[in-house]
Amino acid sequence: MTSTPRIALMVTCLVDMIRPSVGFASVKLLEDAGCMVEVPEQTCCGQPNYNSGDREGAAVLARRMISALKGYDYVVVPSGSCAATVIKDYPQILADSADEEDAKELASRTHEIVSFLTDVLKVEQVTSAFPAHATYHDSCSGLRSLGVQAQPRKLLNSVDGLNLTEMHEADVCCGFGGTFCVKYPEISNKMVGNKPDRIAETGAELVLAGDLGCLMNMGGKLSREGKPIQARHVVEVLAGDTATPAIGEEQ
Amino acid sequence: MNAILENPKSPAFKQNAKEALANQNIQDAMAMQAKWRQNRSNATESVPEFEDLRDAARDVKNHVLGNLAGYLEAYEAQVIASGGHVHWAETAEDARRIVLEICQSVDAKVVNKGKTMISEECGINDHLAAHGIKPVETDLGEYIIQLRGEMPSHIIAPAVHVTVPEVEADFRKAHTHLPEDRNLDDTATLMAEARQVLREKYFEAQVGITGANMLIAETGQSVIVTNEGNGDLSQSLPKVHIVMASLEKIVPTLEDASTILRVLARSATGQEMSVYTTFSSGPRREVDPDGPEQYHVVLLDNGRTNMLGTEFQEMLRCIRCGACMNHCPVYQSVGGHAYGWVYPGPMGSVLTPSLIGVDQAGHLPNASTFCGRCEAVCPMRIPLPKMMRHWREREFERNLSPTAVRFGLGAWKHIASRPWLYRRVASLSNFGIKLLGWGKQRLSWMPFGSGWTDHRDFPVPPIGGTFQRQWKAHKDRN
Repeated sequence: MTSTPRIALMVTCLVDMIRPSVGFASVKLLEDAGCMVEVPEQTCCGQPNYNSGDREGAAVLARRMISALKGYDYVVVPSGSCAATVIKDYPQILADSADEEDAKELASRTHEIVSFLTDVLKVEQVTSAFPAHATYHDSCSGLRSLGVQAQPRKLLNSVDGLNLTEMHEADVCCGFGGTFCVKYPEISNKMVGNKPDRIAETGAELVLAGDLGCLMNMGGKLSREGKPIQARHVVEVLAGDTATPAIGEEQ
Repeated sequence: MNAILENPKSPAFKQNAKEALANQNIQDAMAMQAKWRQNRSNATESVPEFEDLRDAARDVKNHVLGNLAGYLEAYEAQVIASGGHVHWAETAEDARRIVLEICQSVDAKVVNKGKTMISEECGINDHLAAHGIKPVETDLGEYIIQLRGEMPSHIIAPAVHVTVPEVEADFRKAHTHLPEDRNLDDTATLMAEARQVLREKYFEAQVGITGANMLIAETGQSVIVTNEGNGDLSQSLPKVHIVMASLEKIVPTLEDASTILRVLARSATGQEMSVYTTFSSGPRREVDPDGPEQYHVVLLDNGRTNMLGTEFQEMLRCIRCGACMNHCPVYQSVGGHAYGWVYPGPMGSVLTPSLIGVDQAGHLPNASTFCGRCEAVCPMRIPLPKMMRHWREREFERNLSPTAVRFGLGAWKHIASRPWLYRRVASLSNFGIKLLGWGKQRLSWMPFGSGWTDHRDFPVPPIGGTFQRQWKAHKDRN
């Protein structure tokens, strides 16, 4: 490997369509850490199909993603959920097929972005500023499939002006769950409905997480309840992106 | 037979869930369970080798499942050697018949019961009652739901959905021989009254039925863990003791049983051990001062051996601690009855389709966000989300998934496997949401998106196209 790691940013569909600033913040963080970042043309990792029982459909999309991400030193993803699909699920989806080895090889060089910064690049701190009082929600896949928990807190604590307060049950699912939130909307609503109070109790005006799905869910609930609390992806804060309005906020 | 066993309510899961969400008593009862999670967390953290114990417990059961027939035969031989009987029940109907025959053989009028989920699975109470035999539940929670004519809503806390005022009302209605003006407004007085009423029943019963947390092949013993001591009285006072257990409850040795006991109560209630851990070794011997004259074990299969060798085999490691449901945000939202059959929560979402068919219970493995908290706390390291996904795959293969879902997945596969098409759809979505927003930053309504917007706003993307489009423009500029 060259001294400048060549990175493919796997941007994820939600970031691509709904929140491009997460992609740009990711690029900034990786470049600041000395990486060369490229964005190969890509689509969806196939998680919606895999989690809905459509293993064949998921395999088609996994093969496409594997070929799109060939040849990079690392693949970095601003989502614990999509990263876990590549890292944990692709080798299962393509088990006993001709692509199994390629799936394992891709899995071995794919990382969720914050843990990549801390665990692989050994980033100890960021140099950005983001004046706010925030609380951090642990998104399920990142937390339980990939062990992302201490890493974002460590880097957030190095952000100038950011005050981080832990909320009660930060590790409990917000009820997004991909297609779950539309298949079982009432249960999903009950689950996300637990969050505004937990967040507000901390006194924070900003909730952070590493997955856009959870943020859209919690942010959408906070705004529906009229709570003056904003939602942002953790990389936007780490990159000091104060220019982009928070999710669902005025330009 | 029990109505729910005959006609599972699992197909109506969505409606059941809606009703549970609107039921304040259920919501209040579920909120009380936070302390269980805290207790488990304290209990497991105080044992430095807890993670190793989980591995060891998992390995014990994996070994058993690989050699089940051999251990079952060894167990049967030991039970027979100690003077007991083993009855093989392939189906729930077989189990009902066997239990009834044993009860009738001693002309039983009253049967006392310790807590047993296998009895619930087989509908023993209704079957006995239909034949003129009175079943009396002696576990406090089971007693409460028996009075209410309900199924358990939790595998170790069957009446967790019932509030204290509701129990008071149930007791006043049932215990009419007690003074009307008695005080019954807290758990202590309720417990004392249940104890007083149930004490009398212990001496009326000719048969006692218990479950088994484990069956030990080496010794032929059955093991129960309880906190009330009711199981001990139920099994030692009557003339006949019937153990009802499913066949995967077997462990090879006493040593293995002790490994599992070390993870069981800590995972379940956060206790180091339950208050009573009782080993039954068969009928009374000549030298014994007391104990049952007859000892019967009814070993239930009811579809479990069909799970061996399939992707659901690991479910047979389950020791019924209930940690998965205590930590499941879906169970905690809707309670156990919404699941519509015997076993609720994540373990029920995997086991129920195995036992009654995924065509009946398809909602259960779908009603999960795959948050993974169940697997994280399961003492037997059962990959519950993975197995729920397997059920979704079976559904998909058999065309049981809803048409709209199948169409959506097919369309998404078609789009996302063609980058040019994905690009257009992504741009169109990005643009379309902005158009719907009409200058606003949040949508409170979206076509086909009411599942989302009924409950929360949808964010409008900031100015500019998709990330990939903006990135390309940015690269082209530089």
